[in-house]
Amino acid sequence: MELKTKKRIYPKEDVCIGCHLCEIYCILAHSGTRDLIKAFKKLDKPSPRVLVEEKDGYYITFALQCRHCDDPLCIKACITGAMHRDENTGYIICDEERCVGCWSCILVCPYGAIRRSEDGKAVSKCDLCIEKGNPVCVENCPNEALELKELEDLA
Amino acid sequence: MKTLYESDFIVIRDEIRCIRCKVCVRQCANEVHQYDEEDDRVIAENSRCVGCHRCVTLCPTKAITIIRNPLDFRENYQWTARAIKDIYKQAETGGILLTGMGNDKEYPIYWDRLLINASQVTNPSIDPLREPMELKTFIGRKPEKLEFDNYGRLITEIPPQLELEVPIMFSAMSFGSISINACESLARASVEVGTFWNTGEGGLHKKLYPYKERAIVQCASGRFGVDVEYLNAGSAIEIKIGQGAKPGIGGHLPGEKVGEEVSQTRMIPIGTDAISPAPHHDIYSIEDLRQLIYALKEAVNYKKPVGVKIAAVHNVSAIASGIARAGADYIAIDGFRGGTGAAPTRIRDNVGIPVELALASVDTRLREEGLRNQISLIVGGSIRNSADVIKAIALGADAVYIATSALVALGCHLCQNCHTGKCNWGIATQDPNLVKRLNPDIGAKRASNLLKAWSHEIKEMLGGMGINALESLRGNRLMLRGVGLNEKELEILGIKHAGEGI
Amino acid sequence: MRDINIKYLEGEVRIPSACGLLGYINRKGELTSGYHIVDAMSVMRERGNGLGAGFACYGLYPDREDYYAFHLFFEDINAKEETSYLLYRYLDVVQEEKIPTRKVRTIKDPPIIWRYFVKPKEEYLEDEDITEEDFIVRLVMKINSEIKGAYVFSSGKNVGVFKGVGYPEDIGEFYRLEEYYGYTWIAHSRFPTNTPGWWGGAHPFSLLDWTVVHNGEISSYGTNVRYAEMFGYKCTLMTDTEVITYIIDLLLRRHRLPLDIAIKALAPPLYSVIDRLDEEERIKMKAIRAIYQSCLLNGPFAIIVGFKDGIFALNDRIKLRPLVAGEKGDFVYVASEESAIRALSPELDRVWMPRGGEAVVSTLEERGVLV
Repeated sequence: MELKTKKRIYPKEDVCIGCHLCEIYCILAHSGTRDLIKAFKKLDKPSPRVLVEEKDGYYITFALQCRHCDDPLCIKACITGAMHRDENTGYIICDEERCVGCWSCILVCPYGAIRRSEDGKAVSKCDLCIEKGNPVCVENCPNEALELKELEDLA
Repeated sequence: MKTLYESDFIVIRDEIRCIRCKVCVRQCANEVHQYDEEDDRVIAENSRCVGCHRCVTLCPTKAITIIRNPLDFRENYQWTARAIKDIYKQAETGGILLTGMGNDKEYPIYWDRLLINASQVTNPSIDPLREPMELKTFIGRKPEKLEFDNYGRLITEIPPQLELEVPIMFSAMSFGSISINACESLARASVEVGTFWNTGEGGLHKKLYPYKERAIVQCASGRFGVDVEYLNAGSAIEIKIGQGAKPGIGGHLPGEKVGEEVSQTRMIPIGTDAISPAPHHDIYSIEDLRQLIYALKEAVNYKKPVGVKIAAVHNVSAIASGIARAGADYIAIDGFRGGTGAAPTRIRDNVGIPVELALASVDTRLREEGLRNQISLIVGGSIRNSADVIKAIALGADAVYIATSALVALGCHLCQNCHTGKCNWGIATQDPNLVKRLNPDIGAKRASNLLKAWSHEIKEMLGGMGINALESLRGNRLMLRGVGLNEKELEILGIKHAGEGI
Repeated sequence: MRDINIKYLEGEVRIPSACGLLGYINRKGELTSGYHIVDAMSVMRERGNGLGAGFACYGLYPDREDYYAFHLFFEDINAKEETSYLLYRYLDVVQEEKIPTRKVRTIKDPPIIWRYFVKPKEEYLEDEDITEEDFIVRLVMKINSEIKGAYVFSSGKNVGVFKGVGYPEDIGEFYRLEEYYGYTWIAHSRFPTNTPGWWGGAHPFSLLDWTVVHNGEISSYGTNVRYAEMFGYKCTLMTDTEVITYIIDLLLRRHRLPLDIAIKALAPPLYSVIDRLDEEERIKMKAIRAIYQSCLLNGPFAIIVGFKDGIFALNDRIKLRPLVAGEKGDFVYVASEESAIRALSPELDRVWMPRGGEAVVSTLEERGVLV
C-alpha cells in the first residue's frame, strides 16, 4: 500500500494580506543559504514554490502550494519519472535532476500549483520543506494565514 | 497650492540589505514605498509617511528604519514646529485640523506622580503564587444594605450586576471606527478572560452576536444600531453622553466608510454620513437623562444594568452625583487623554480634565453624599499598564476601561491617523484589504494575553500591600503617596505626599 | 496625660501594633472576678511592651443595667467641665464618680478617669427621629472629636472598659479589677510599633455594648474607614480597632444583619469556595461580598468582640495571626496563646485552632443568639 501524506498546507484567504513573505522565505529555504540577502543576490536564485494569487482590483489574495493529492495527475503525466511520491513521507516531490522541462505536469495540475523554475528547465513545486520540519511559509507568515494540518483535523 | 509643510518622517533604507522583495511597497496603504523597475530599487515618498512602522515590522531583512525629520526651524519656545506646521496646514486647507487617538500634549500625567505602598514587618506581604488572590468585581447598582428572613435567607433583591474576573474592560469602540476584526479580537478576548467589551455607537454586527453575553451595548446620541433586539443582546447598556477625547461634540463617520456591513449594523443607508449630534436631543437636563435610563431599563425588563458614560470636565463631580441620583447603575468617566477614531485636534488637546483628578473628586463627592456605595464607577482614558489600574482602583474606581492599550496590543503604533481610514495595521479602517491584516485569532490572543499579564501584575502588587481581595484596595487612598505634587493636587487626590507616614 | 515629648498620638497618626488577646464567657451567666484574667494575661507578657493594656467586663453594673455607663479620660479639669456641661445638657445623669484606682509604681501620669451613668433626655429623642443608641453614638462622636482633652472610652449598658498605658498586670491592679465581677471578660496587651502610649489609644475599643480587641494590622484600613465615614462614623483614633468596632456596629445594630452574616461580611469565603456552594447559598454569598465589599477586613488580624449576649472571635481569611479557642464546662475561652487559656483553666474539655475566616461564637444560653 502506497504511503500517502495527510499533511496539507491550507491558506486562509480572509487573513492573507498579500505581502508575499511566504514566497520570500520559500526562496530562502531552497537557496542553500541561510541569509536572505545572499539568497536574493545569488544569480541562480530559486523560484518560490508557493504562489500568492492576486486578483487586482478586488484584490483577493491567498498562497497556493501543491496539495499532495492522493491521486496525483502530475505523477501520471511525468515522462521521466522525476515526479514521484517520497517513500518515507508520502509527499509528492520533483527530482529536479531528472526533470527535462516538458511541463506536462504543469498542464495537468488542477490547482495550478506547479511552475517553471527561473531557468525554465525544471518545475518547481512545494516539498513541504521535507528537510526542515515545519514549512517555512507557515512559520513565517506574519498573519498566520497558512496552516499545516493533517487531513483528519479538517473534520 | 504648493505646500509649505515638510514631511514629519524620513524613511531610511539600507540599500545593502534591501532585496527588492517589495513587501513594503505592498504593505504601505499610504503609498510611501514605490518600486522603480528601471533602476531596480525601492524609493520612498517621505511626505506620505505617518510613522506607523508597518514596513519596518514586515521587512524581512530589516532594511528600513523611520526617523523623525531632523529639519529644524529656528529655535523658538513659543513657536514650536508643531505650532507652525499646523498653521501651514490650515492655510492650505481652510479646514478644522483632525487627528486620531488621545491628547498627546505635555500635561501632567498624575499616574506617574503616584506611588504604591507595600508591607514590611508589621504586616506580611502575600505571595500570589501560594495564596489565593481575588480580582472579581461586580459592576451595577448595590442596595445600601441586605436583609434576611428569620431563616437566614436573603430577602433583598440584588439589581443586575456585571461580574468581572479582572477589573479591566474594553471601552467603547464602534464597528465603523475600528474594523470588524478588531471588534472580534476584543470580543473574543473578553469571553476568554471574563470581562466585557463595548460596542460603541456602532451597533452589533451579526458576526459579533456569539460574543453578546460579554458585550456592553452603547446607546449614543445618533441612536445608530439601536433597537430592542440590540438592547437585549448585550449584558449592559451604556448611555454615551460624552467622550474624553472630544467632550461637548458628537461624532461623524463619513459616508465613504459606510459600506454594506456598516450600513446594516448601524441601520442607515449605504454611503450616508453617520452623524452623532453633540447632545442627545432628548436629553437637555438631568431629568431627561433619568427618563432615558428608565426607558432603557423598561426595554430590557430591568434585567441589565444601565450605565452612563461622560467625559471628565470641570464640574464632573456634581454631574456624576446627578447621574447617580438619576438611577444609573454605573458611571463611566473618560479622561482627557482618552482616544478617538477622529476628533478636531484643538478639542482633543484642550478640552476636559485629567481622569485621575476627576476620579478622585467624583469618588469623594459620592461618598460625601452617601451614594458611592450604591453605584459603580469606571474610569478610562489613559490607562497604560497594571500600575495605572492599581492606582485608579485605590483612588476609588471599581474597574477601568482600556481602549488605546487594547489597540496597541493588537498592533497599533499610535501614528494618530485613525481618521484617514488607512490604518496599515487593519485596526482603524474599513478597507477590506487592510482589515484582513488583523487576524482575529492573533488579535484575540494578544488582547487576552495583555489582560492576563496585567492581572498577574495586579496580584503581585496587591500581595505586596498585604491585600488578597481587590475590594480592599478600592478607595484605599492610604495605599498611595504623591511625588512632586502641590498641596492642592494632594488635596483633590485625597492622598499624602511621599515621606509622610500613615 | 499627654507627654509633651511624645510627638504623635493616636488620631494624629496611624500606629500599627501587635498584641496579645484573651477573652472568655460563662454561658450560664455566672460572674467571675477580674482577678483571673489579669493573672492569666501575665503569661503573654512577650506580646506587649507596656505601652497599652486594657480589659472589658460585661455584667459588672447590675444595679445600673438600664443606664449607659460612660467611662471618660480627661486631660485636665477644663476638659472635664466642658464635657460635663454637654453631658448634663443632653443626658439624665443618675450618678457620676471617679473610677476607683490604686497607686501603682509603674503607672505614670494617669489622666482624670471618671464614670457617668446616663440616659438620653426624652425630649431629644422625641424631637428627632433617632434611636436611643444613635443618639448616644452621636454624642460620643461629638465629645471625642470636638472636646480637646476629653475621651469617652466606654459607653455601653452594664459593660465597662478599663485601660491605660502599662502592662496588663499593672493596669489590672491600678483599676482594682479584682473587685469587679462579670460573665464575660476580655483583655488586651499592646505592642505598638511606634512610641506613643496614650491612655485612649489602648484597647479594648468600645462603643455602646461593643468592645473589640484586635491583634493585627489590616491592609484594608483605608477602604474600611472611608466606608464607615459614609455612615457618619468619625474615625478619630485612626486605629484598626476603632474602625472594626464601627463596622460591627453598622452591620449588627444598624443594618440588623444576623451575626453569622455579619461575620461573613468581615471575613468572607473565597470565590473558589463560593463557586462550589449550592445556588441559593452562592447567590447569598456573592451578594454579601458585592454589597459589603468595603467591610472585608483584609490583612492579618485576630479579633475578639464582646457584646451584650456573648462574644465572638475571628481570624483573617488566611490566618495570619494566632487565635486559639478552648472550652471547659460553661466557659468558652479565646486567646492569642493556649498558655493564657491554660492559665485560666489548666484542664480543658476541648481546645482547637479556628481556621482563617471561621468564627468562634459563644452566647449566653438564656438570652439566645443575637438577632
